[in-house]
Amino acid sequence: MTTHVLADTGVLTGRSLRHILRSPDTIITTVITPIALMLLFVYVLGGAINTGSGQSYVNYMLPGILLITIASGVAYTAYRLFLDMQGGIFERFASMPIARSSVLWAHVFTSLAANLLSVAAVVGVALPMGFRTGASVGAWLAVAGILVLFTLTLTWIAVIAGLSARTVDGASAFSYPLIFLPFISSAFVPTGSMPGPVAWFAENQPVTSIVNTVRALFAQEPVGNDIWIALAWLLGILAVSYGFAIAKYRRRIR
Amino acid sequence: METDQAPGSAIRVRGIEKSFKDLQVLRGVDFDVRTGSVFALLGSNGAGKTTLVRILSTLLKADAGTAVVNGFDVAAQPSLVRESISLTGQFAAVDEVLTGRENLVLIARLRHLQDPGAIAEALLARFTLTEAGNRKASTYSGGMRRRLDIAMSLIGNPPVIFLDEPTTGLDPQARLEVWQTVRGLAAAGTTVLPTTQDLDEAETLADRIAILHKGTIIQNGTLAELKALLPPAKLEYVEKQPSLEDVFLALVEDGGGIDTATGGRADGTVQAGKEIQ
Repeated sequence: MTTHVLADTGVLTGRSLRHILRSPDTIITTVITPIALMLLFVYVLGGAINTGSGQSYVNYMLPGILLITIASGVAYTAYRLFLDMQGGIFERFASMPIARSSVLWAHVFTSLAANLLSVAAVVGVALPMGFRTGASVGAWLAVAGILVLFTLTLTWIAVIAGLSARTVDGASAFSYPLIFLPFISSAFVPTGSMPGPVAWFAENQPVTSIVNTVRALFAQEPVGNDIWIALAWLLGILAVSYGFAIAKYRRRIR
Repeated sequence: METDQAPGSAIRVRGIEKSFKDLQVLRGVDFDVRTGSVFALLGSNGAGKTTLVRILSTLLKADAGTAVVNGFDVAAQPSLVRESISLTGQFAAVDEVLTGRENLVLIARLRHLQDPGAIAEALLARFTLTEAGNRKASTYSGGMRRRLDIAMSLIGNPPVIFLDEPTTGLDPQARLEVWQTVRGLAAAGTTVLPTTQDLDEAETLADRIAILHKGTIIQNGTLAELKALLPPAKLEYVEKQPSLEDVFLALVEDGGGIDTATGGRADGTVQAGKEIQ
């Protein structure tokens, strides 16, 4: 049976990708809020914000916007997983000789694909707004790698939410604090402008190190320690949420 | 309880118990199902039918007792049991976003079969879904959805099929089509375990009927054996009136769908005999 894990995961991923292709509105609603925020910050608030970085404001805030995009995108992962668990199709899969983990991994890969699509759409809007980078191929790959890791981490949190939720609304509610987190970070304004305790929180929460890393990579500046702090946060949270999700799944389905 | 069927039994259930918190749903269930037979599990709502089917199809663990399906223990060898069975649950387990054809192809690929496309095509034709094959399952009527559901369960020809209330919510024609399918499966050697709360269905369809009541099997036998439990029938002459079902089917008949009504039971009992108590 184990020999089929990859094939089964592939087949099931194809199934949920088809769901996304047939309801492209999930991609549109995922990107609409980040794009609106980007317009708001660049054309309304941005003029009064002094980042002290010397780069254009759209360059400054795009990394944070990308994280917000992913945080709102994973809400759909929880939603799709929840619907699957509600319907009879999940029981059918469970009564078939399919590797148990394939069902979850299919949702995780689908989440990855959908979020990368959303991120690409947001970058596509940022370009005409003046986003520019001279980042090398290596730097782009590093950015992509960090965003993939960020998506995976949030996706496994979404899996916990999708497995635990009792209502459709409950399944996606977990994403609101995640969407909010970039606002109390270095994503839109330098943390130095915040009052002491807030600045302390902003400087020591995961989003700041991730934003700083991505921003430095786009600006072709040295990433310093931020990349290691970001990776430690992401891998740590990923490991914990993965563990919780699998344990939850085992209890849910024997 | 008969135990002499063991060598030819596709399902063997001994002392199965299951509780949900304080509620004891199954209190020691025993029965055997002969290979290639239709064994109806009859019971009212809440009798524990679905719980039992979920245990037999490895979705739920029993608290006590053993169950062997197709020679494999459901607790110790769940993946071998899953290779041997198919489950059609109470609620149609189809993917609403996919088309009928895609649903069938999906299951065929998950069962690692050659040429999933041809399998899907054949099943669409067999269940008169060819025209609807490229439509999303969410646009299907209840009967079509149930037919698709059962078609998905037949993929890979599993030797044992569980059908949990397969005709609930279906119109009389769709119900006859399901019955016809079940008989065809049994004739081809598949063991079928339908659950039902419909007495008529159990009577028409099953080789043996087990009555599940308050978590145990209170009777298990052929229709003749169950009838023998009551005082001998006395002969009464009753004018044979067509039932509303006969009228309905005669009125809406469009030629193809009603073969079953005249086909009669495999054992040759004349259906009209039902009116004579």
